[in-house]
Amino acid sequence: MFSIECNGITKSYTAKKQSVLALNDISLQVHQSEIFGLIGPDGSGKTSIIRILTSLILPDAGNAKVVNCDVVKDYEKLRTLIGYMPGRFSLYQDLTVEENLQFFASIFNTSIKENYYLIKNIYQQIEPFKKRKAGELSGGMKQKLALSCALIHNPVVLFLDEPTTGVDAVSRIEFWEMLKELKGKGITIFVSTPYMDEASLCDRIALIQSGSIMSIDEPQNVIQQYKGELWSIIAQNRYQLMMDLKSWERVHSAFSFGENIHVSFKLSEISTDQIQQYLTEKGHDRIQIVKIIPSIEDCFMQLMIRK
Amino acid sequence: MNNEYIIEVDSLTKKFGSFTAVDKISFTVKRGEIFGFLGANGAGKTTAIKMLSGLLQASSGSARVIDFNINKESEKIKANIGYMSQRFSLYDDLTVLENMKFYGGIYGLSNSKIQMKTDEIVKVLHIQDYKDKLVKSLPLGWKQKLAFSISILHEPPLVFLDEPTGGVDPVTRREFWELIVAAAHQGTTLFVTTHYMDEAEYCDTVSIMVDGRIEAMGSPKYLKEQFNSPDIHTLFVSLARQSKRTEI
Repeated sequence: MFSIECNGITKSYTAKKQSVLALNDISLQVHQSEIFGLIGPDGSGKTSIIRILTSLILPDAGNAKVVNCDVVKDYEKLRTLIGYMPGRFSLYQDLTVEENLQFFASIFNTSIKENYYLIKNIYQQIEPFKKRKAGELSGGMKQKLALSCALIHNPVVLFLDEPTTGVDAVSRIEFWEMLKELKGKGITIFVSTPYMDEASLCDRIALIQSGSIMSIDEPQNVIQQYKGELWSIIAQNRYQLMMDLKSWERVHSAFSFGENIHVSFKLSEISTDQIQQYLTEKGHDRIQIVKIIPSIEDCFMQLMIRK
Repeated sequence: MNNEYIIEVDSLTKKFGSFTAVDKISFTVKRGEIFGFLGANGAGKTTAIKMLSGLLQASSGSARVIDFNINKESEKIKANIGYMSQRFSLYDDLTVLENMKFYGGIYGLSNSKIQMKTDEIVKVLHIQDYKDKLVKSLPLGWKQKLAFSISILHEPPLVFLDEPTGGVDPVTRREFWELIVAAAHQGTTLFVTTHYMDEAEYCDTVSIMVDGRIEAMGSPKYLKEQFNSPDIHTLFVSLARQSKRTEI
């Protein structure tokens, strides 16, 4: 049995007589106690999927089950079994930290005490401020409170909609450590993110773009499915290097990655020497050429271009 | 007036009550460079940018931005810089052309100048078919590229970009940076904040703020050597972890 199972989910929104296809035939399965990452940019359909799986909006076609509850027919039961942290802070700003937590516990007929073990490590970090109004917390603390409230009824599946968006690199690392700990307690986690580098922290991922899933697998397998070879190239003048690579007819794609440029070629049979020779002829200096294993971001871009 | 630097900051400080958000920072930004202004959430970046762009009065210290003193000439700064952020960019219910005309008008450009710049942007961004469409109908990545082009419509010597690429797809994110690099090649100075550490590597100079102070500053290459770090991401994490500022 899967914790989440959805088949052929389609959703359109209509605004001013114009219909926009937000989700196109989405199917996926999530195993119990797995961290499943939905990875894609803004507007790709991540929030629509989460809202359908949490029974907040209805699909136009297809069906979905979460912990064996149909998201349309069994929505009342479903809502008792899941935790949901929306992308926008949605707690009561004029209640204190403690009152918010108390409120969510009582809605689900439980108490803070009963499930404290689950949120202890997260809640302890904000407990010194428990008399403060939620609206007066910093971004990082709001996030910890929202997570505590989403967990207080001990949900089977936790849905997190872009929990790390706009969060700095250090806080992102800490947040993922918290998720790993929750997974250890048996909770299934369905998390969306626009940050490609968070893919490696998930057990399985779905890469989503324009409402369609482009790839769905373990991160390692997604990387293995990269077509062709990928090279990382550096030279003294990066701007000129990019210009020369883009205008070379043998180049298929060239993208900046930090100080490197990742390059794929139209015919895979190209040697380091051939690349070196071309760039030397173009007058480049201090050239370094290495064949590399693609990252999830490389894979995402290859799939985007092929579409 | 020193021509080499477009921004000169001297002991700039901002206090909110007993809390020092920005703590005596001093630095310079060279004309025509891409300056990456990094820091963890709550390190004081936004407060510093607000002071430099004339939106917030400093508690003490001073800065010169373009040719203006931030303490005395904030209105002149606002009229002469470009500004773009992820949150505030364009008017969704105006068309692409209407947005361009609106911003051109705000900055006092003549109609013929607006026409010329508009044609140029439409050509560079390949948006001929979209110029009469409402901005809200554009994909996010296009919107961000358009918002950047409009932020430099009045050809400011200096542009502040506050997390311009948040949530943008990876291909468009790179196209966006190509626009930034092209603007720098034409002599515009770009002051950029970002949470994507790979983007820090595209900057000529990077500064990293921790607890209201600048803890590291230099070219990405220099910083990696000085701190013995493989990349800016590793350096950023190690510096930001030294933060003693308890969240308030």
